[in-house]
Amino acid sequence: MPDDTAVSIHQLSKSFDDVEVLRDVSLEVAPGEVVTILGASGSGKSTLLRCINWLEQPDRGSIHIAGQRIGVDDAGKRMNARALARVRAQTGMVFQSFNLWPHLNVLHNITEAPVHVMGKSKGEAQTHARELLDKVGLSDKAQAYPGTLSGGQKQRVAIARALAMQPEVMLFDEPTSALDPELVGEVLTVIKDLSAEGYTMVIVTHEMSFARAVSDQVVFLDKGLIIEKAAPATFFDTPSTQRVRDFLKNHH
Amino acid sequence: MSNWDILWQARDEFWTGFLNTMQIFGLSITAAFVIGCFMLYLLEGRPSVGKLSLRVFIDGMRMLPFLMLAYLLYYGLPTLGVRLDAWWAGVGALAVYHGCYFAEIFRGSRLVFPQGQIEAAQAHGFTRARMFVRLILPQIVMQTRPLIGNQLIYALKDTAFLVIITVRELTAAANSLSGTYFIPTEAFLVVIGFYWAVSIAMEIIIKQCGRFGARRGLDHA
Ligand SMILES: Nc1ncnc2c1ncn2[C@@H]1O[C@H](COP(=O)(O)OP(=O)(O)OP(=O)(O)O)[C@@H](O)[C@H]1O
Ligand SMILES: [Mg+2]
Repeated sequence: MPDDTAVSIHQLSKSFDDVEVLRDVSLEVAPGEVVTILGASGSGKSTLLRCINWLEQPDRGSIHIAGQRIGVDDAGKRMNARALARVRAQTGMVFQSFNLWPHLNVLHNITEAPVHVMGKSKGEAQTHARELLDKVGLSDKAQAYPGTLSGGQKQRVAIARALAMQPEVMLFDEPTSALDPELVGEVLTVIKDLSAEGYTMVIVTHEMSFARAVSDQVVFLDKGLIIEKAAPATFFDTPSTQRVRDFLKNHH
Repeated sequence: MSNWDILWQARDEFWTGFLNTMQIFGLSITAAFVIGCFMLYLLEGRPSVGKLSLRVFIDGMRMLPFLMLAYLLYYGLPTLGVRLDAWWAGVGALAVYHGCYFAEIFRGSRLVFPQGQIEAAQAHGFTRARMFVRLILPQIVMQTRPLIGNQLIYALKDTAFLVIITVRELTAAANSLSGTYFIPTEAFLVVIGFYWAVSIAMEIIIKQCGRFGARRGLDHA
């Protein structure tokens, strides 16, 4: 497996009770690349993303993160929990529903994993956390608790929390779908800034203009199959399948 | 001399009994809390035969009158060759019994713990034990504090049963004074006063913890 890819997915398949949700999905993400995954509801976008950090276990196929296989060890056996956690720590995930830890303030949400998973010192982790809060525009919220934040603020904290792990790849599962329309922009702006800084990202989204602006590669999933994979200009202006043309018509 | 005067003369006996009750209570409820947390951890993850047995054990304990457990540990265990001193038998019985209650209280809260937070922890590389200690347990304890407060009061009251296995605690003091001087009403009124005072103090402490939680925005997260 090439070591110079950030994420390499090879012939991935996954079923939920006899329903094939992913079928032979292969995808390579180069370092610094932004890949957006589009597709109708139920097409398998979340499942694909969640397989990347093994929140879902694929039935067949392989996934490598920065050259390291996830979920299966060198001997071909199921990875032990500790090893799996180590590989997972190299991915940063941002969920639709934020999933912050409500008993910890913003700063501690961000330092929790660096300190208790990576073993960083508290001081170092907090310095880094403050830089990240600055980056997502929330320097003044370090001591606030998640319950007191707006959705857009929560999501920006979640992004900072994931970045604090210094992951090889950031995974976003519809990061703005749970937000009020007027809060979507602030989150998308942060993600765009990250792409400008060269972060590797895989993003599931329904925001078409955002996908077009931010992606290096657009992947379209239809019933668990990748039916198009193209640069954004090609994908949006001259899609090669009728399925994608219909999809784009409905999402203007 | 009025009955109250007699009791005042015997105040040392009450005080000794009270301190003994508080020691038994403090030690056993701390142990029970730890046992409850530990059982909750053992119940984490996919169902298994071990977990099912633990559930059966917890339910069995909860459905057993505490008095029976105290009897069994003190009078029953010696027939198996294990002889516990009454004091330790009492502490042990309270710890296990209320530990099971704690486990059940926590389990109820664990059932509705948001899965998303767990996935976030997994995605950030948490192993199961660390996630439990850092993220799950603190929230569950915070959330169940009214039930914990209630359980503290039950446990305090259950210490009174230990009089029947000869532990010299507060109720035993009242019992012996009322027997010696035949002043049951007053002696027991004094003891009730002690139990109430401690219970009210615990309620106030739990309430203060609640304020602390509310300040952190926990109750509207
Ligand atoms: N845990 C699960 N158990 C059973 N079926 C599931 C599970 N998770 C997803 N599915 C099914 O798999 C299919 C793909 O789901 P997935 O969540 O990946 O779709 P999606 O493309 O992310 O859709 P959406 O845009 O609505 O989020 C759906 O039919 C869904 O019902
Ligand atoms: Mg989805």
